[in-house]
Amino acid sequence: MTDITAEPGSSAPLGALGPDAQVAVAVASRATPTRWRLLLRRPTFLVGAGILLFWVVCAIFGHLIAPFNPLAQQLLSANTAPSGAHWFGTDPLGRDVLSRVIVGARDILIITPLATVLGTVLGTALGLAMGYFGGTFDLVVGRIVEAVLALPFVIIAFLFVVAVGSSTVMVIIVIGFVFTPLIARTVRAAVLAERHLDYLSSARLLGENPARIMFAEILPNIMPAILVEFTVRLGYAVFAVATLSFLGFGPPPPTPDWGSDIAADYSGLLAGYWWQTLFPALAIASLVTAVNLITDSVEQVLSS
Amino acid sequence: MTTDPAFSVSSASATSSGSSGSLGPALIVSHMDVTYRVRGQDRLALRDVSFSIDRGESYGLVGESGSGKSTAALALVRYLPRNGRVSAGTISINGQDTLSMGKSALRDLRARTVSMVYQEPGRALNPSMRVGRQIAEVFEIGGASSEEAAQSAEDMLRKVQISDPGRVMRRYPHELSGGMAQRAVIAMALAASPSLLILDEPTTALDATVEAEVLDLVVALRQEFDTSVLFISHNLAVIAKMCDRVGVLYAGELVEEGPARQVFDDPRHPYTVGLLRCIPRRGQRKDRDRLDTIPGFLPAPGHTMTGCVFAPRCALAQDRCRESHPPFFDVGDLRTSRCFFHDSAPDLPRATPASVAALAGNGTGGPLVVVEGLSKTFPGGVQALADVDLSVRRGETLGLVGESGSGKTTLARVLLGLTAPDRGSVVTLHGAPLSPDARRRPREILRALQIVFQNPDSALNRRHTVRSLISRPLTRLGGLSGTALRERLEELITSVRLEDRHLPLRPGQLSGGLKQRVAIARAFGARPDVVVCDEPTSALDVSVQAAILNLLADLQHKERATYLFISHDLGLVRYLSDRIVVLYLGRVMEVGPAEAVFAGPHHPYTEALFSAVPSLGGQRPDRIRLQGEIPSAANPPGGCVFHTRCPRKLSTGICESTEPPLFEEEPGHLIRCHIPIAELRILQRNESAPSQGGSP
Repeated sequence: MTDITAEPGSSAPLGALGPDAQVAVAVASRATPTRWRLLLRRPTFLVGAGILLFWVVCAIFGHLIAPFNPLAQQLLSANTAPSGAHWFGTDPLGRDVLSRVIVGARDILIITPLATVLGTVLGTALGLAMGYFGGTFDLVVGRIVEAVLALPFVIIAFLFVVAVGSSTVMVIIVIGFVFTPLIARTVRAAVLAERHLDYLSSARLLGENPARIMFAEILPNIMPAILVEFTVRLGYAVFAVATLSFLGFGPPPPTPDWGSDIAADYSGLLAGYWWQTLFPALAIASLVTAVNLITDSVEQVLSS
Repeated sequence: MTTDPAFSVSSASATSSGSSGSLGPALIVSHMDVTYRVRGQDRLALRDVSFSIDRGESYGLVGESGSGKSTAALALVRYLPRNGRVSAGTISINGQDTLSMGKSALRDLRARTVSMVYQEPGRALNPSMRVGRQIAEVFEIGGASSEEAAQSAEDMLRKVQISDPGRVMRRYPHELSGGMAQRAVIAMALAASPSLLILDEPTTALDATVEAEVLDLVVALRQEFDTSVLFISHNLAVIAKMCDRVGVLYAGELVEEGPARQVFDDPRHPYTVGLLRCIPRRGQRKDRDRLDTIPGFLPAPGHTMTGCVFAPRCALAQDRCRESHPPFFDVGDLRTSRCFFHDSAPDLPRATPASVAALAGNGTGGPLVVVEGLSKTFPGGVQALADVDLSVRRGETLGLVGESGSGKTTLARVLLGLTAPDRGSVVTLHGAPLSPDARRRPREILRALQIVFQNPDSALNRRHTVRSLISRPLTRLGGLSGTALRERLEELITSVRLEDRHLPLRPGQLSGGLKQRVAIARAFGARPDVVVCDEPTSALDVSVQAAILNLLADLQHKERATYLFISHDLGLVRYLSDRIVVLYLGRVMEVGPAEAVFAGPHHPYTEALFSAVPSLGGQRPDRIRLQGEIPSAANPPGGCVFHTRCPRKLSTGICESTEPPLFEEEPGHLIRCHIPIAELRILQRNESAPSQGGSP
């Protein structure tokens, strides 16, 4: 038999609290702060957050960090390969690629979260309504959602541009709208999982109105699912923003931007100027990876 | 309960279990500790547990949730989850030390020597394999050819009393009812002729009548196969019925052990004493007798307590109990108790006063809720309720009894306006018809009808604090705010015995009993006229259940509320109810004053329900058993709906052809049966003479 009472010292104060208080204390300290601590204990999260933080710093202080003016053209040193002076080489106009990559983080890091927030807010509202009301409303909206999902993203984007014209706000709206049905579907599924629970019957017996039931009763319970969906969509949004600016719907030409820089310079690949395309592409890839690492950790911490 | 002489002999030899030869005990556990590693810390789940099971003996482990009974079962066959391990002691099955076994020896042990049956039969069967195939596989592992195995599987199914084994063999698990599936699992478990069968809450998920059949089956098979049984349950009456010897687990420790009858008749540990007092006995009534409770809470998992684990909740505890850990004391009759004061344990002072001051002036009045011609047909033709007439009188508790699928919950939901009944159904409150949809009911009606749901985890929004959960009905339906709201909130939490410190917590931070108190406070907040209690204690442990029942009885008196009390537990219904309604397939089979319904003569279905329930007192006369399964409500039998299972069906054929009316046999006592009451009285007296029928 092992010694059961290994820690007589620690048992005394706990015993003094009384078993009920012990349970309450033990559980109370397990609330939100520990979720953060669990997240911070995950190396994947730390790596992802580190990369993301790096790009956020670039987006805010890019002009101060960049070794050169990203707009300054030096036609004499055009298309130079990476070197001590220009770590990432120069582009056809002799602009420093490193500086353009650093400063180019700004637009994508502004547009991406705004577009995702827009899509999440709209999608959550729509998904809550679909899941809560069900019936004909769910059926009709569900079919519209599927129709939108069937169209390729680029085609929807083109339709918008033709109708509204190209601008930063337009990009945010396009991505927000495209994400809305996707997020609505996830939220709807989460609502359906809650719908059979008695607390909703209980709310109906108090005469609560549907808006209160959806936003004050159901919403807090499906926040984890929405949070995970948000981070997943953030990753996709990075790609979407880069794709749109590659297609010419990003900021106008002299402004440094990863997508439009790739579009401007990828023909140089044939001539062997790989650095002009590779580094902005790597920047996109690193941002997507960072967001996905964070997503994975958030998902695992929230589901545990 | 009768004890087979063979068993009493073998249990006598259990104490002298020294040899580990093939004739020794089937299982010896000595000084076993089990530890779970949680967040980098070791937590002791079981400490110093020792017991043995003789050949052919049936041993019961009882305990409330969190006592470690399932952990014990898993540890025996080394099925503990990855973070758990047996950290001390030894386990030997058939003389083999399981803790030192290698992988292949362990697999062999699980395949041939030990079988387990769990609570959920649905989870024990592979959903993608036909039932026959799964059972045959066990024989194939034993070396049989596939034809032999199929034949043996069929024989096995016949042994577990499945009448058409060929047909059941071709079924997939989801096509079987719960009782059928559990029989198939038992067939599988016995297929390997194990020397030890571990049953972990095998009937908890089943209806009372099905449970009774499965328990009978286990008794019969145990004798036929001469298997040792470890029976784990939270239900003391089931253990009393099924086991020769019993061990009582509390907070990971075995606190008392001995022959089942003696332990339950004359317990010698304060915990066992308290636990037994929590259960309503026959003859106890809410208006006369108060159930005793066990104060306090189970220690947190992984607690490190110097003294007796039960000391913080024990009224007999002295300084000695808190300072040193009591050893096992021999209290005679092959019994042991881990209590310094085992001699005075039976005199454990009550936690609540034994008698209730006469609840005067609270008599029942006229009809408050009246239901006429109530039917509910769900899409697909499932008729959950068929032409139900009943009334709930002011101030009474109307008990609603029936198996799952009888329509109890549907009836409650219709009253509350959560489910719309079929056209033509009439539900009135205070004589005024009610809208079928709660959303269309005025606030005053919503206030008047409230519910305590079965499962507080589902009924309380887990993201809201206790304060907002309890306050919301007060503001919404009571129209309270400011000081009036605060005062009512204070009053409420005092009535349900919560404390101020609970207010900022969320449901996840409360124990099951505390959660149900919050749910009760919510239901009573706006002073309802009628409260529907839908199995309010079925998710709770026995010791917690008693406190909740006392609370419900108190509140009824104080708030002058009327209850519709739904439960499958007849003991609870008897304790709380003034009148009882028995439902079967959505039809009222019997209505009457509680004592008249219990004392009989009663409807044959009511009779079967009562005789299915095991009682702590043991000694049951020959019981009537229901044949087969509840018919589908989508296609109910013609004539009397109960005739397919009725043990007293008349040979004239009238039961098959004509539905009997609900006839008032005695004043206020209505029975839906073709057999005249005088004849029922004779039939039921003959068979249930000694203890069942007569005494109130």
